[in-house]
Amino acid sequence: MKWKIESQRKQYGRALVELGKERGDIVVLDADLSTSTRTADFAAAFPERFFNVGIAEQNMMDTAAGLAASGKTVFASTFAVFGTGRCYDQIRQSIAYPKLNIKIVATHAGITVGGDGASHQIIEDIALMRVLPNMTVIVPVDAPETYRVVKAVSKMPGPVYVRVGRADVPTVTKETDQFELNNAQVMRDGNDVTLIGCGIMVSKCLEAAEELAKHGVDARVVNLHTIKPLDEKTLVKAARETGGVVTAEEHSVMMGMGSAVAMCLVENFHVPMKRVGIPDVFGESGCCDELMAKYGLTSDNIVEAAHDVLRRKK
Amino acid sequence: MEVYDGEFIRELESIAKKIRMHSIKMIYDAGSGHPGGSLSCADIVTALYFHILKHDPKKPDWEDRDRFVLSKGHAAPTLYAALAEAGYFEVEELCTLRKMGSRLQGHPCMGKTPGVEMSTGSLGHGLAAGNGMALAAKLDRKLHRIYVLCGDGEMDVGETWEAAMLASHFKLDNVTAYIDRNKLQLDGPTEKIMSLEPLADKWKAFGWHVIEINGHNMKEIIQATNEAKGVKGRPTIIICHTIKGKGVSYMEGSLHFHGKAPSDEEYVQAMKELGGP
Repeated sequence: MKWKIESQRKQYGRALVELGKERGDIVVLDADLSTSTRTADFAAAFPERFFNVGIAEQNMMDTAAGLAASGKTVFASTFAVFGTGRCYDQIRQSIAYPKLNIKIVATHAGITVGGDGASHQIIEDIALMRVLPNMTVIVPVDAPETYRVVKAVSKMPGPVYVRVGRADVPTVTKETDQFELNNAQVMRDGNDVTLIGCGIMVSKCLEAAEELAKHGVDARVVNLHTIKPLDEKTLVKAARETGGVVTAEEHSVMMGMGSAVAMCLVENFHVPMKRVGIPDVFGESGCCDELMAKYGLTSDNIVEAAHDVLRRKK
Repeated sequence: MEVYDGEFIRELESIAKKIRMHSIKMIYDAGSGHPGGSLSCADIVTALYFHILKHDPKKPDWEDRDRFVLSKGHAAPTLYAALAEAGYFEVEELCTLRKMGSRLQGHPCMGKTPGVEMSTGSLGHGLAAGNGMALAAKLDRKLHRIYVLCGDGEMDVGETWEAAMLASHFKLDNVTAYIDRNKLQLDGPTEKIMSLEPLADKWKAFGWHVIEINGHNMKEIIQATNEAKGVKGRPTIIICHTIKGKGVSYMEGSLHFHGKAPSDEEYVQAMKELGGP
């Protein structure tokens, strides 16, 4: 399929600047990666409300907590690998536990970081964030949705984790689409099997659905942008109506989105299911497409998983 | 230098005595807790709640209040006792510490207990959180001040020094931090576990105004805090030399009572000593 390819980070920067204009309570923190995360756009527009803490993510999260405790709406950004694991205790103790109004918008998540290699390719951030009580976890699907998500979470009280990639990603939503928390978006209707994706993998699901259609398989595609809270209604409905589910995520298959869906379905409406994602291994340096092929994140992998589910349905 | 008359100081000292008694009773009732570090910081916390802080126990959310962050969250009994004595909640509630359904969690929980400004307990977080409050105050052109109490064991934590750099970098002269320098941490003397000295020089090198005092002397605590208020362009740290377990003879300087409740006999003796003349 021919997609328009756009930067999520650019839209993050744009949304932040607009928020800065609209609201005086917005403050932004970064840990020496502002030109990469694009919080630098906000810093240029509102230097007095931007704080670069240097390479000190733990310090950033607790400083964010103090600002939020004083009534500020705080966006804290860095690469996902540093903004989750490296400061997990700070997020747990000072953000999630006291339910503070902090939005962690972490960029460069997943294996599509590419050449930097496994040290920078976090494939476990969804797992880390979704087990924290009070934490909302969102994976915007494309650039326009990233913009909508940033705007939406700024109005939501409490802690939110937003996962954004480094690479430019296919635009699969329309300008007119709305982002609704806890309301998964059905991108394509179908009755034979449901392909549930998040982030960059939604475009792969749509490509897989096209391929499956050539073989007479009518696949439903769901953009599960909100991993927590989970839209159980849409998931159970899809399982009931299509009888088989494939999940696809640019994340470890251990405890990511696919696991969340599996847990929901096993308790509510058990159907044959297959999880497409990165196996329980670290990544490596390479270009995006090569890495996605090697680690099982192509539309072919999804098609194959769908056929497996269809066989088990019978 | 301000002169404080004897009666005023004696009044604060008698409140500190009450707070020590509450702390020991709470820990004894709960059957667990941290008496040593609760007693060592009792005078600092008393000076804060009964003289230094601009606050209103009836309006814990008052925007212009001074903020106090107990970074050494295991001294929660002392904080709760001070909050109760100051009027944030009834003194009778203190006996619920660490019990099911209580607002008084084993370590401070923001939003659950009136007057608690930040959830703490995992060590080394409080100074950075206080810095965030100080940045917010500066942004809002507010004059209230931020006070943070750290344990000396927290000087082991890397984040403490990240926060030290940040406060200095952003010229947070509205931050005053105290170190409860009781020289003991869970496993032994601080200098044996992870040597901190020369501690004052370290803070000076990080750009802080440094004052060293006897952390059990009310007058010194108040005077050092007043000095901090006058310092412009940089934060102040007050290294308070204290005695772990201060006020109970067999707890003083003892590692044994870092994280252990007193037995029945020990409790009786502690209360007798604390309540004594």
